[in-house]
Amino acid sequence: MGDTILTMNEIDKSFPGVHALDHVNFEVKKGEVHALMGENGAGKSTLMKVLTGIYTKDSGSIVFEGKEVEFHNTREAQDAGIVIVHQELNMLGHLTVAQNIFIGREFKKGIRIDDKKMNEEASKLFQKLHIDIDPTEMMSNLTVGKQQMCEIAKAISHEAKVIIFDEPSAALTETEIEELFKIIRDLRKQQLGIVYISHRMDEIKVITDRVTVMRDGGYVGTLITKECTKDDIINMMVGRVIYEDPKTESAVPKDAPVVLKVEKLNAGRMVQDVSFELRKGEVLGFSGLMGAGRTETARAIFGADPKTGGDIYINGQKVEINSPQDAVKYGIGYLSEDRKRFGIVVQKSVAENSTMAALENFVKGLFIDKKKENKIAQDYVESLATKTPGVDQLVVNLSGGNQQKVVIAKWLIRNCDILIFDEPTRGIDVGAKNEIYKLMNRLAEEGKSIIMISSEMTEILRMSDRIVVMCEGRKTGEIDISEASQEIIMNMATREIG
Amino acid sequence: MNKMVVNTPAEKKGSFLSKPGSQKFIVLLVVICLFVFFSIFSPNFRKYTTILSIMDYSYYIVLMAIGVTFPLITGGVDLSIGTGLICYSLAGGYLVVHCGWPTWAGMIVSVLFGVLIGTLNGTLVSIMSLPPFLATLCTCMITRGLGSICSKSFGISWPTSGSEGSWFRDIFKITIGDTKYPLGFVWVLLLVLLMAFVLNHTKIGRYTIAIGSNKEATILSGINVKFYHIMAYVISGLFAGLASIAYSAVFSTVQPGTGAGFELEAIGGAIIGGVSASGGSGSVGGSLLGVFVICLLKTGLPYIGLQANWQQIITGLVLIGAVMVDILKKRKAATV
Repeated sequence: MGDTILTMNEIDKSFPGVHALDHVNFEVKKGEVHALMGENGAGKSTLMKVLTGIYTKDSGSIVFEGKEVEFHNTREAQDAGIVIVHQELNMLGHLTVAQNIFIGREFKKGIRIDDKKMNEEASKLFQKLHIDIDPTEMMSNLTVGKQQMCEIAKAISHEAKVIIFDEPSAALTETEIEELFKIIRDLRKQQLGIVYISHRMDEIKVITDRVTVMRDGGYVGTLITKECTKDDIINMMVGRVIYEDPKTESAVPKDAPVVLKVEKLNAGRMVQDVSFELRKGEVLGFSGLMGAGRTETARAIFGADPKTGGDIYINGQKVEINSPQDAVKYGIGYLSEDRKRFGIVVQKSVAENSTMAALENFVKGLFIDKKKENKIAQDYVESLATKTPGVDQLVVNLSGGNQQKVVIAKWLIRNCDILIFDEPTRGIDVGAKNEIYKLMNRLAEEGKSIIMISSEMTEILRMSDRIVVMCEGRKTGEIDISEASQEIIMNMATREIG
Repeated sequence: MNKMVVNTPAEKKGSFLSKPGSQKFIVLLVVICLFVFFSIFSPNFRKYTTILSIMDYSYYIVLMAIGVTFPLITGGVDLSIGTGLICYSLAGGYLVVHCGWPTWAGMIVSVLFGVLIGTLNGTLVSIMSLPPFLATLCTCMITRGLGSICSKSFGISWPTSGSEGSWFRDIFKITIGDTKYPLGFVWVLLLVLLMAFVLNHTKIGRYTIAIGSNKEATILSGINVKFYHIMAYVISGLFAGLASIAYSAVFSTVQPGTGAGFELEAIGGAIIGGVSASGGSGSVGGSLLGVFVICLLKTGLPYIGLQANWQQIITGLVLIGAVMVDILKKRKAATV
């Protein structure tokens, strides 16, 4: 490790309602691989976006190669030598590998783009990095792993001095990860500063020199990889005081029947052999990091995505669910993560949204019985304490929490006994959050069974009777609330399966 | 190190259809087959005059198709080229016929008018972020009205053969001795080669494809996407202007209020030729061939006894077929 090449001092950044970065300090030395870790929402991506010019910081300073800098867009950061390899690939599928690598900086002979030279330069680049890819191949024909290699090659070809890898190994095979590490070790020898964002503990242990942990937008600390344990890191990631009382024991009687049994569910890479049971009146928390496959599992159960294998049993009977229509018929309701895209019809009223999943009950002949519709919508507005001037109010005008209540009403009107809540309190203020929690508890007491997918540790510990943890498409743990703690859950969420 | 093995499929083997540009060969085959088919079934079709006729009526559509290929590749569309070309022809023609301007000046006005509307389209789509369908539909209606205004609601006849200033008709069909030759085809072919070069080997073409492939990624690569996005529509407008000259040269009178529907033949031809509805792929040569399919159907079907309505139905079916091939290709490529 050489001298410090990059220092971020007291970086502060807020978005409306969210203090994303709270006086964060981060430093990278030449010739080091520095891991950046933290839970979802810890601020890792935000910090890197501030560095590479995608966001502007509110205060603080960035010193690069001894000079204070401020980048206004990625181009400026790139030109200075700071490059990021994103998690979501930014590639142009309809162009070749070489054309992708040199996009925006094409070699030209007069007005004509010199594709031949681009292919030669790309070949040279790949040789230097020991990557075996044909530069004339169409980008969309490569595997995801190879596409990522191209992104990395592209980043390096910018004569980068600092390279940031954002979850690089998520889509790579074991061999490709070995190749990636070889490249990273090479880059380290060349005295580049490398930032490695990942949650894979074992990889961190192998390839990184130091680890910086962030939590809730703040900087927690930096450890030397060789000298610390996985538990040390986890402690830093989750060590927070939970203000809301976590649940201490399950509220579900021991003899409660199993209402939903999922056996060896498979749906692509994100859902692999997932099995679990849900009992009547239970709130089953689904925890895990982003990309763990929880939403994908829920969507597969609900029939929104096709499944490639597995069985679903409702109240002991095997059922065939191939579409949301089937799922709803069997009494399953799904509140999706993205309310605006999948939950509500924004320009329609509270009443219309409420009856949407059960419209056939409100139809007289060919026409919709508006009186009946309004009455039932009003009933639920009262019972859920939805704040709206009236059931005619357009849902788009309600606050996030109340919009969520309208979606809940929709599934209750449908008489769903099994409710899957996906990030139910995301984007909702604290007061409304509590109301949603109270509502969920009430529903559970009334005998409904709830699966609650959440990335908020406090929420999981507060609401769940039992917790299922997923990591990269597999169930990696299941634990009763009485035995659960943040550390145990985080451990399961970052576990790799051999 | 315990690792979870992530199953990734082997690299996609390129089947013939997945290779870019393969659709062109299939369309070429279709063009040849159609030609042979009609020739066999109708002796009148085989006549040289028929070929001349097909050529004549194809020029303006081919030129539109060459130009509209660019907005289509960006994932957008230009619906204003049909009524646009009539408008540009009426404007230039009015100056020539009623104001005494020389023919070449009228031609330049037509083309420049096309470029102007193209720039307007580009600005609406790229800078004001209007959906291309909506933006160009509006300019389509605007040019329809403008055309009438320019010609004061009269039809315009550009100088007819034999009269002064009619030399421009010879650009497309030249009479040497006793025979007429479809000279226009040579120019069209040259333009196809030129624009194919632009698409494949210049920054404008490269970035047009990039925008259609992944606009976000292109922006993140530091490219001035706003500019290149506008340029795609400027090219479309330019070629609508050139198409208007072809139209004026082939038809004796240009009537205001017409033109609606021309764009469908041009766009249909481009799609048959391999332009993907979702952007990112397509070729100028393919668009040329696709237009020939449509023109052959248009002119050939009457020779085997089917009237105009049938020809439209069959063209529509062929188009559906082409779009479905496009969708199936996408679906196959997406099964990872």
